[in-house]
Amino acid sequence: MRRLGKGIRISRTSRRAAALGITCVLGAGAAAGCGSGASDGRTTLTVGVFGSFGFEEAGLYERYMTLHPDIAVRQTSIQRNENYYPQLLTHLGSGSGLADVQAVEVSNIAEVTATQAGKLVDLGATPGVDRGAFLPWKWAQATDRDGRTLGLGTDIGPQAICYRKDLFARAGLPTDRAAVGRLWAGDWGKYLAAGKRYRAKAPRGTAFVDSASGVMAAVTGSERYRFYDRRGKVVYRTSTTVRNAWRTAARFAASGLTAKLQQFTPAWDQGFANASFATVSCPAWMLGYIQDKAGAAGRDRWDVAAAPRPGNWGGSFLVVPRTGRHTKEAAALAAWLTAPAQQATLFAERGSFPSARAAYALPVVSGARHPYFGDAPIGRIFADAARNVPVQIVGPKDLLIAQNLSDVGMLQVDQKGTSPDDGWEAAVKAIDNALDL
Amino acid sequence: MAPVAGEVSVAAPPGAGYASLRDERRRARRSRRHRRDLRWSPYVFVAPFFTFFAVFGLFPLLYTGWAALHRVELTAPGRREWVGLRNFSRLLDDDFFWNALANTVTIGLLSTVPQLLIALGLAHLLDHRLRGSAFFRVAVLTPYATSVAAATLVFVLLFGRDHGLINWALGLAGLDAVDWQNGDWTSRIAVSTIVVWRWTGYNALIYLAAMQSVPGDLYESAALDGASRWQQFVHVTVPSLRPTILFTCVVSTIGATQLFGEPLLFNGGAGATGGVNHQYQTLGLYLYEQGWVNLHLGRASAIAWAMFLILLVVGAVNWLVARRLTGGGGER
Repeated sequence: MRRLGKGIRISRTSRRAAALGITCVLGAGAAAGCGSGASDGRTTLTVGVFGSFGFEEAGLYERYMTLHPDIAVRQTSIQRNENYYPQLLTHLGSGSGLADVQAVEVSNIAEVTATQAGKLVDLGATPGVDRGAFLPWKWAQATDRDGRTLGLGTDIGPQAICYRKDLFARAGLPTDRAAVGRLWAGDWGKYLAAGKRYRAKAPRGTAFVDSASGVMAAVTGSERYRFYDRRGKVVYRTSTTVRNAWRTAARFAASGLTAKLQQFTPAWDQGFANASFATVSCPAWMLGYIQDKAGAAGRDRWDVAAAPRPGNWGGSFLVVPRTGRHTKEAAALAAWLTAPAQQATLFAERGSFPSARAAYALPVVSGARHPYFGDAPIGRIFADAARNVPVQIVGPKDLLIAQNLSDVGMLQVDQKGTSPDDGWEAAVKAIDNALDL
Repeated sequence: MAPVAGEVSVAAPPGAGYASLRDERRRARRSRRHRRDLRWSPYVFVAPFFTFFAVFGLFPLLYTGWAALHRVELTAPGRREWVGLRNFSRLLDDDFFWNALANTVTIGLLSTVPQLLIALGLAHLLDHRLRGSAFFRVAVLTPYATSVAAATLVFVLLFGRDHGLINWALGLAGLDAVDWQNGDWTSRIAVSTIVVWRWTGYNALIYLAAMQSVPGDLYESAALDGASRWQQFVHVTVPSLRPTILFTCVVSTIGATQLFGEPLLFNGGAGATGGVNHQYQTLGLYLYEQGWVNLHLGRASAIAWAMFLILLVVGAVNWLVARRLTGGGGER
C-alpha cells in the first residue's frame, strides 16, 4: 500500500512531527493547545498528515502564523498512510479525534469523496480557492458528482524515467537525456525494445529495469481508464488498458529485463546502492528516494528523461472535516497551503511537485534543476508530464486493486516465473476476495 | 491469626460506666469493620485488574462477536447490516482463510518444536557451573528484549535473495542461492527462524529456573548409579521439568496462533498479503488484511472469533494431554 503513496517519504524530520503528535495525545487533558480551541486568545488549528508532508519543514506554518497573528497551527503526523488512513476513517465515523485539516492520499480520495462527503466541507466554495490554478484532472479527482470539491490538491506524482548514464553507455545506448527520451517516446513498446537492446550488451549483473510491477504501475498510471469505468463500476478484469499494461509488464519479466525486485523493500534499496538496474519509472517524489539510496556513488550517474507517455503516480489532498470547531478558518488555511505560491515553495524546499499548474510558470519551478541527476531540468520535465496526464478515473478501491495486481499477481510472474495467466488468476482471486464481490 | 491488629486496639482502658460502654460500641464497630475489611479488601485489590479486563478485554471480545454477525465497513463503522452467521459460513469456503490456518499451524510447529528443544538444551548447559554464568543468562534473554520490528528487519536482510548474508554463506559452500521470501517452505522456515531466535532464550530461562529447583541428591544418586550426564538429563531433569514443559508448550502454542509481527514485517513491500502466494500469511495477518487493508470489519471480527475458538480447542487439547501426563506420572 505504501508504494502508491507518499508514506514512503519518511524522513528524519517527520520523527519530530511524530514526537509532537505524542505530546499532543499525552497533554490533551491539560491545556496543551493541541485540540482545536483557543489558547492565549489565538485560534489553534491542527493539521493531520502522514509521512513527512514538508509544510512544517518548509516553514509554511510559520509564515501563515505571521500573516495571521490570531491563528496558531499545529501538526500531527503518522508515518505511514496504511496506519493513517484506517484511523482517519474511524475518526470520521465517530466524529471525534479529527484534526481541523486532514491529508488524504490520492488512492484514497475517491473512497473519501464517495463515502464521507457528508462529513467534509465543500472547499470549492471557499474564498481564495482558484479552481483554474489547479490541473483539471487533479481538481476532478476530489470532486463528487454533485460538483462538491471535498479536497484541495497538494502535490502530484508526474512520471519520468530515471536512468543510469554509465550503464547506458556501456550497453551502447545514448546517454543524453533528450536522445534517451526519444528512444521510447510515445509508446511503452519502445521502452521494451530499448530494454532488449540494453540486454544484448548489458554490463554483467545488471538488468534494464527494477521490477515488472514498476512497469505496470507506470503504464496504468498513464491511462485514462484503468480499474473503473466512467460510471464507477469495477471493470479491471475486462479493461483493455489494464490487460495491455499487464501484458507489457509480463513481457519485461519474460524477456529477462527486470532485476526481479519488489519496490520499497530493503532489497530494492540495495539495488540502487549496487547499481543492479539501469532504469526505473520515477514520479517526481521518487528523486529524493533514489538520491538517498544510491548515495554519493550514484552522483552524476543518474539522469532523468521523459517517460514514454505522461502519467501520474501518487500525490495528496487536504480535506476539512465538518465536525471541527473552526471549519471556516481551517478551510482558509487549506486554501492557503495549496495555493500556487506555497506549492512552489514546497517544491523548492522538499521536491513535492505542485498540482497547481499556475505554479509551473514561477521561476522556482520552471527553472528547477536537480544537481544529483546531472543538473536535469526537472521543473520542465515534470511540468510537461503533468500537463499531459490524462484525466484519470480513480475509483474507491483503486489502491486495493493496484496493490494486489502488483504484489500478488505481477510479483509472482516476475520473481517466481509463474505464467502471466496464472499470475492474473491469482491476482483476480485476491482482488475479488478483498472487494467482497 | 487474622485478628491480631484488632486485639491490639481492644486493650480496653480500665474505666467505668459510660466510657466503657462507648468503648464497647467502638470496639464492636471496629471489629465489624475489620471483618468486612478482611472479607472485601482482597476483592478491592483485584478489582482494578478485572475492571480493566472488562473494559479492554471482555467488552471488545463481546463487541467483536456482535460485529461478526454484521456487515460493517470501516468507511462507515456506525452503519451495521445484520447478516447472521454469514461471515462465519463464508469462512468455510474461503481459500485464503484455510491457507492462513494451514500456514499458522505449519509455522507454529516449525517454530515451537525446535524452540523448546533448543531452550531445553540451552538451559541444561546454563545449569552447569559456568564462568560468568550471570552474563550468559542475561545474554540468552537479549533476543527476547529486542523489538520484533528491529529483529525482523535484520532477518529480512540476512535472508535477502541477492545480497543476503545467508545466501552469501551458501555461495561460499558452493550451493545455489535460495529465494527465501518467495519459496513456500523457505519463507515459512525463515519466519520460524525469527520466532525461534526471539523466544528460545526466554523459554531457556524458565527451564533453568525449574531445573534449579530439582533436588541435587537426585543427581547425586543417579551419578552413584553410574548415569552419564546425558542419562541424568533424560531420566532426572526432563521428568522433573514436566509441568514446566507443559506450561511453555501452552504459552508457545498461544503465541504461535497469534503470530503476526514477524510475517508482517518479513515482507517489507506489501504488508499483510504474506507473500506472492500468501505462502506465509498467518491467521493474524489475514485478520489484519481483512480489517485494516480491505476495511471489512465484520469479516475481520469473524476471523478473530474463529481464532478465539481455535485457541479454546487447542487449550482443551493441551489440558487433556496435561492431565494424562501429570495424572499418570505425577502422583507417584
